[in-house]
Amino acid sequence: MNRREALSTVALLLGGTIVGANVFLEGCTPGDKKAAATGGPLTFSNDDVAYLDEIAETIIPTTDTPGAKAAKVGEFMTVMVKDCYDEKDQKIFVDGMKQLNDASRKKFGKSFMDADAKQRTELLTEIDKESKDAMAKAKPEDPKPYFRLMKELTLLGYFTSEVGATKALRYVAVPGRYEGCIPYKKGDKAWAT
Amino acid sequence: MPQDSLNINGNAAQQNTYDAIVVGSGISGGWAAKELCEKGLKTLVLERGRNIEHIKDYTDTTKDPWELKHHNSITEEDRKNCPIQSRIYAYDEVSKHFFVNDLENPYNQVKPFDWIRGYHVGGRSLLWGRQCYRWSDLDFEANLKDGHGVDWPIRYKDIEPWYDYVEPFVGISGSREGLSQLPDGKFLPPMEMNCLEKHVAARIKENFNDRVMIIGRSANHTQKVGDRGPCQYRNKCQQGCPFGGYFSSNSATLPAAMKTNNLTLRPFSIVMGVIYDKEKKRAKGVRIMDSETRKTEDYFAKIIFLNASTLGTTSILLNSVSDAFPEGLGNSSGQVGHNLMDHHYGVGAYGSFDGFEDQYFYGRRPNGVYIPRFRNVNDKTKRSDYLRGFGYQGGAGRGRPWIADGVGVSLKEQLLEPGKWNMGVGSWGEHLPYFENKVTINKDKRDKWGMPTLDIDCEFKENEKTMRKDMMNSAAEMLEKAGLKEVNTYDNMPAPGFCIHEMGTARMGRDPKTSVLNGNNQMHDVKNVFITDGSCMSSSACQNPSVTYMALTARAADFAMKELKKGNL
Repeated sequence: MNRREALSTVALLLGGTIVGANVFLEGCTPGDKKAAATGGPLTFSNDDVAYLDEIAETIIPTTDTPGAKAAKVGEFMTVMVKDCYDEKDQKIFVDGMKQLNDASRKKFGKSFMDADAKQRTELLTEIDKESKDAMAKAKPEDPKPYFRLMKELTLLGYFTSEVGATKALRYVAVPGRYEGCIPYKKGDKAWAT
Repeated sequence: MPQDSLNINGNAAQQNTYDAIVVGSGISGGWAAKELCEKGLKTLVLERGRNIEHIKDYTDTTKDPWELKHHNSITEEDRKNCPIQSRIYAYDEVSKHFFVNDLENPYNQVKPFDWIRGYHVGGRSLLWGRQCYRWSDLDFEANLKDGHGVDWPIRYKDIEPWYDYVEPFVGISGSREGLSQLPDGKFLPPMEMNCLEKHVAARIKENFNDRVMIIGRSANHTQKVGDRGPCQYRNKCQQGCPFGGYFSSNSATLPAAMKTNNLTLRPFSIVMGVIYDKEKKRAKGVRIMDSETRKTEDYFAKIIFLNASTLGTTSILLNSVSDAFPEGLGNSSGQVGHNLMDHHYGVGAYGSFDGFEDQYFYGRRPNGVYIPRFRNVNDKTKRSDYLRGFGYQGGAGRGRPWIADGVGVSLKEQLLEPGKWNMGVGSWGEHLPYFENKVTINKDKRDKWGMPTLDIDCEFKENEKTMRKDMMNSAAEMLEKAGLKEVNTYDNMPAPGFCIHEMGTARMGRDPKTSVLNGNNQMHDVKNVFITDGSCMSSSACQNPSVTYMALTARAADFAMKELKKGNL
């Protein structure tokens, strides 16, 4: 996901502020274009999807609302990486799938799929911190770390999924009216869009 | 009508002769069609793209995000086919079929210029930002006063009745403010500001005696307009509205034209040129190429309205070469293609606000707030460093944090509730008319239909660049005085064209030696040709231009009809 998409996502999530958000999003992209993908078709196996589902579920777990696996985020990630990523990010993502598993083997002596939920959370918390530190040191034009890509896709996929939008958040397809000021109390869910 | 013509109306006119031809079906062409048809003229509307039927062809707009393959994200293929179009905010997984394929519709950027296009019935009226602001004499007198461009041949009093005429049909929501530089119109009830916007509006009023912040004036209908609307606050306008909640040619003017039984709409019709009759000194008709069959065909009429969009119309004029007009139809002044303007924007400020934690909003308002021009409006607000002025559009909201540190339950919990309120304002500034900002046709580089492509050579200059500093700093100053925190400024400096307000390449003026059109949008040189899209503009002002094109179109159609009756055309 490039900067524009990241910002567009913010705009999407800002809901009623989309006009205001666009005002400062527009025009930020010249020079930010990515090379077109020209390589061979990228494929993901069912095992890959299951693995990505577990990564996503670790990032956004089931609580009193469904988690990322119920939202089929693993599959969503594969579609997005195939269709919406350039080759460079595709490679980072695919290599990252292996690196994440290697990290699990190194830390726990077993694959990510064999690790338990607690171990998975511990591992991804660590990797999340590493990717954050790497981003803090990186130049703006540097690619994002693989785990940042996975995390962004998980959050985008989950909160725009049916369970994410309607169960974890609030979603009204056709609001029918606009009210600029309505009461809000702590704990009320945010609008999905 | 030939077999390959799609005659939507069913009332085939005899052979290829009509009373009037309108080239283009976008926001101004739709108005020309409606007005001419309602005056009883058999009117042929030529559209280079495919047909888009209101509602029926707004594919996928009723889908929820999760029903779209990429949840409304754009793909690498989109970026490859539409490297220019796909950077526009309105380009999404659903709306993308309303934008041209850049690879199939090339043009040449002598200097960077983003040409955003929608080739289909309705044109960019389906995609527009819907903001509607009248001009005032501050704008119509500007060229005369500072000497840039040529004097507008009209003043506010000339266009005022036509704003009055078009606005109730368009259906514009807005508030009456009594501002001389931004005259009130015939409005539907205004949309509501949210808590933070109300707060900021009040603080701006307190802190600045020369400016106000008002709700945007938008062609989103807050009440039913005929059988259209009202707006359902989905904020998906660019995808086409199944509720008819905003004005477009497809929802409004073309159906009105069709109702008269005088309209014939011919999609897939690329106008190659206007056919000129040297003896009568009138245009006879137009030559088209069917974009599907590549067959050429001639259509004839007493009057011709060119509404193919600024650069489309300019291209047609420059391609209409004859003995009488070797440099393009009606181009004895040499001004056709020159004085290209856009608005310069993509500059402003944003910040967050501590407070209103117990307030939220309902619905997705497809409209923001507006801060009308406050620079160079009178002696007190005169700037020494630049000419003309700018306005702001913006909005406040309460965003949800979209990412946070960590993973798991704590991460999820941080992302479920709205965060702080925030607000941004961005500025739209006037672009002076410079003769050297121009478009020419390139016969060596042709498109897939064999038509010459356009060389576009346009830039912002010192006046715009100097103005931008004030646009940015004044935005931050207002937000800070309004109590916003963490105020940041930005200046993305998009290339000309990216604001999608390109205009000025067949300007109106008083003198045929220095302008292309007279005060009635009639070509000085060819009296039965009228141009009422953005190319007619003598200056750009800083307001969004569409409602002015609409008013000028209705006014020109009225004039054309009177001239026709007098036997002058």
